[in-house]
Parts: sequence; C-alpha cells; structure tokens
Amino acid sequence: MSNITVEELKEKAIQLRQTAVTMVYHAQSGHPGGSLSAADFVTALYFREMNVNPEDPEWADRDRFVLSKGHVAPIQYAALAHRGFVPMETVKTLREYKSPFQGHPDSKKCPGIDISTGSLGQGLSCAVGMALAGKLDKKDYRVFAVIGDGEAQEGQIWEAAQSAVKYKLDNLIVFLDDNGLQIDGPTDEIMPNLDLEKKFEAFGFTTKRIDGHSMEEILETLDEVKNVKDGKPKCIVCNTIKGKGVSFMENVVGWHGKAPNEEEYEKAMEELARGLNA
Amino acid sequence: MIVLNKAPYEQKATREAFGDEIEELGKENKDIMVVDADIGGSCKTTKFMNAVPKQHVNVGIAEQNAAGMAAGLSTTGKIPFVSTYAVFGSLRMAEQVRQEVCYPNLNVKIACSHGGLTPANDGGSHQAIEDMGVYRTIPNMRVIMGADYNATRKLVRQAAEIYGPVYLRFTRDKVPVIYDENEEFEIGKAKQLKEGNDVAIIANGDTVCLALEAAEILESKGVSVKLLDMHTIKPIDHEAIIECTKIGKIVTVEDHNILNGLGSAVSDVVAEEGNTRVRRIGVQDRFGESAPYEKLLEINGITVENIVNTAEELL
Repeated sequence: MSNITVEELKEKAIQLRQTAVTMVYHAQSGHPGGSLSAADFVTALYFREMNVNPEDPEWADRDRFVLSKGHVAPIQYAALAHRGFVPMETVKTLREYKSPFQGHPDSKKCPGIDISTGSLGQGLSCAVGMALAGKLDKKDYRVFAVIGDGEAQEGQIWEAAQSAVKYKLDNLIVFLDDNGLQIDGPTDEIMPNLDLEKKFEAFGFTTKRIDGHSMEEILETLDEVKNVKDGKPKCIVCNTIKGKGVSFMENVVGWHGKAPNEEEYEKAMEELARGLNA
Repeated sequence: MIVLNKAPYEQKATREAFGDEIEELGKENKDIMVVDADIGGSCKTTKFMNAVPKQHVNVGIAEQNAAGMAAGLSTTGKIPFVSTYAVFGSLRMAEQVRQEVCYPNLNVKIACSHGGLTPANDGGSHQAIEDMGVYRTIPNMRVIMGADYNATRKLVRQAAEIYGPVYLRFTRDKVPVIYDENEEFEIGKAKQLKEGNDVAIIANGDTVCLALEAAEILESKGVSVKLLDMHTIKPIDHEAIIECTKIGKIVTVEDHNILNGLGSAVSDVVAEEGNTRVRRIGVQDRFGESAPYEKLLEINGITVENIVNTAEELL
C-alpha cells in the first residue's frame, strides 16, 4: 500500500473515525475518545506502513501490531474492516456475543489481532517479546505498539521499556498516544507523567514528539526512524486530542467510554463527513 | 505395577530436575526458551543459559514483564519457560499470565522453584502456599507438581510437548527420589502407588513421600491403603478420584494451603459424586515463618504421624 497518497490517507483516517464511531453507536458501548485520538497514526500504519496480508493474517513474516491500550479497539477494528481482514458488516457486531470484535482485542476470535490486550500496561511487554523473537530468528518484520499516556502510569511499561533497550530492539516502534486525558480526568492531575519523551529517551529509546494528527509528520517520522538499525527501540510521542474530529467529543473526559445517542451520532457523522468533503 | 525405589532414598530438590531437563530440551529444540527474572542461579537455569545462550532471556527483577515477553515470544512459535520463585510466579505475575497467556491460550510455561513451605528459612514472605490455587482458577491453565526428581523431569518434558499454558512447581529443598528414572508420567493422570480398599490417600509434590511412609505404617497395622500421587491438580483425574469414592474415605495431603489446592480439587469431584468423607491435610490457612522445613510441616500437621492418625479416624 506504499503508493497511497497523503491526501488519500487523510481521507482514510476520516473513514476509520466514522467507522469507529458507528461501531460504538451500534453497540451503545465502547471507547470513542481514545479511538479518535489514535486514528491518524493507526491509519498510517495499516494503510501505508505495515507489511500485513489480510488473506493470510498469520503470515510469519508480517509486521506486528499490538494495541496495548486495548480499550480503543474500535479504531483497530475499523482498520481491520477497511483493510479486508474481516467483512465490513462486522462493524455492526461490536461487543456482541460471538463477534470477532470483542470489547477488547481478542487474538483467538479476530483475524489480524496479534495478541489479546485490554489490561493496561501489559501489551508493550508482549510487543517486546515479539520483537525479540524477530531478532533471534533473523527476520525483518517490525513490531508496532500503541500505548496511552494514562497507560504509561503502569510500572510494567517501564519494565518493558528497559528490556527493549537491553535487547537492542530497533525493530520495535512505539506510538504513544499522548492525549492528556484519562478516565478520571486530566492526566496531569490524576498522575502527572512529566515528559514522556524524555522518560523514554532516558530509558535508551530514540524518541521524537510530533503532532499526532498531522499525517505528513507521522509519515515523515516513520520514514526517518523505521529503517534505522542503530540497536535502539523507537518511541514516537504523539500530541493528540482525545475525541479528535468530533467537536463535542474533543478534549472532553466524559467521552472516554461513552456511546453517542442518535442525535449525537448524526452530528458526529456529519462533522466527520465535512472533513471528507473539505 | 510401579516399582518404587527402596529406602534409604537418594535426596534431590525438584528444581534440579527442572534445571537438568530444561537444558536437555533446550539443546534438542531451539524454540525452547527460558525467561529468567534475575534468580536463574537459584532456579537452576544457569546450565541452560550456558548450553544455549541464544535461547535465554533475563529480564531482571521484573516478573510482570517476564510473563508478557514470554507471551509475545510464544506468538512466533517459541516455547518459553518463565522461571522464578513460586510466590512471584503465581502472584506478582498472576494477572499478566491470566491476560496475556491464558486468555489468548498461548504456549507459555510458568516453571517455579520454592514451592510450598520448602523455602523454609526464608520465612513466610517466600513460602508459596497459594500458588496452585491461584492458577487452578484460571481457564486454560494446567497445574502440576511432581513428587520427586525423576517425576519432575518427565513432567517438565511433557509440559514442553503439549500446547498451552502450564504451571509447574518445584521444591527448593531436597526430597526423596522415590520413582525409578524410567517411570513414565502423564499430565492429568494420577499415579497409583498402592491399591487398597480401606482408605484412599491422595498426595502430591513433596508430601508424596510422607504419604508413602504413612501408607506403609497403616499396612503394617492391617489397613489396606489406596495411594495416589496426584501430580496434576488441573486437569484433575476425575476417574481416579471416582475410584476412591468407592472406598468412601479419602485423606488428601499437600504442601499448600488446604484452601483451593489438591484437597479442594479432590473435594470438588467428591462433592458431586457423593457419599465420601474427605480429610484435608495441608497448610492450615496460615502464613509460614522462618523455621526448618520439617518444623513447618509439623506445625501444619503435614506429617507421617498425622496422616496415619487421620486415616485411622476415618476407618
């Protein structure tokens, strides 16, 4: 998918946002806020960067994707549906009995999910294990992990970070969705993270802070870091807005894990569509 | 019929069995890995590390990460054994094992030394009396403790050969080697050491040797004892327990809290099959303390004498 244009990717990101919001609306449950903040880099990964094959989701040489902040599953599900891992109708089954789209990603039930996640702080360790296996087996695949800024309060994140550095996992690229909010309020009030970019840097990562809603910057940064074989894992700290793209959800803590009603849904879809037609 | 070794027995810690078997397994199969959390020397994985260094990972004192990394490694076809002490391997990383190993049903083994009261002088903080119970409640997990060195080697090998999560528990201290080295074991299938019809004794791990001695004393008094080594408490061998219910009297013996370990697992089956009395010998729902291992067993009534007396009370 490397020949997709930036403009096409921006459109795709809006479509993924629409699909994620639609999913949460149908389910009347789920996490729209963080799904929307992560939408742009998830789009860049699934539609340009990652070497994956919807026809063969368990292909041994594929790039891996670990959604450590598993509650924002709707945005990954949207990517999987648009990318053809599952039929598009699946989006109407979020959180339903027998659906591949479980409340949180489930590798047993959904093609394209490389490992189940949902309990915060744990996915990065799994990504480190996958990246280490790639090094041991001399494979070229890369592992992309998405963690949240609230999630970075979990101690295990830093256990995983130190091991990624010890094992020189330059095939690990972490996207940190720094949207500044967590379920109880602003991250700075609940438990200040201080500067996450500096923290990861101090642990030995190559880090960069970018605008997580600028497709251009996301792509540039990926191009900059993705093939650097310097023995250092990468962490791209993304300044993002929780609820990005839907005005009444933006930066509102209450939309962390709430479904829109009919009126709100229509408004959200209309606003997102305006972005498409812009 | 099983031919057991004769007393005086050779004495060996079952963590040594893990160390010896995992080294063999690692040399045979490059996918076998050990994930240590700093205490490899004590958990006996040093020989593995030296033999197959590329298959060895040490995450430092970070057990939660050890479990998560093992899960990630296993998604690529590796067979990681996470090695630490039972108290950390069952509790510090319990949620990671639940979420990232058992829930996705990955091929990760949690292999822990210092099970039960065997880290005796380390004190109550290091004695794992809840570990088997913790893992017994998590779907997809198998829970195993071999009775001696030879049994443990065979069970470690089997754990590597079957797909899916397994918890293996070893002793820090030496226990008698009662089985011949050629004896075979099957995960989920109890080993019958004695056939009898007056009372059944079901033991596992380091208490099997005590149960064996107790059974011999009972036999010398004319009591016919059925003795089982229930090395796997999950999946539990229903059939073997149902056979014991035909006798109607069961004594369980374990180096674990009497809550949610072997005694509870046996009682679960018995409760559904009716008409049998079960007496559970084990840690009396209390924390341990620093003391010689034998003293701690005595405080909790995990002794040959108490097994004999308890069986006789049931008769």
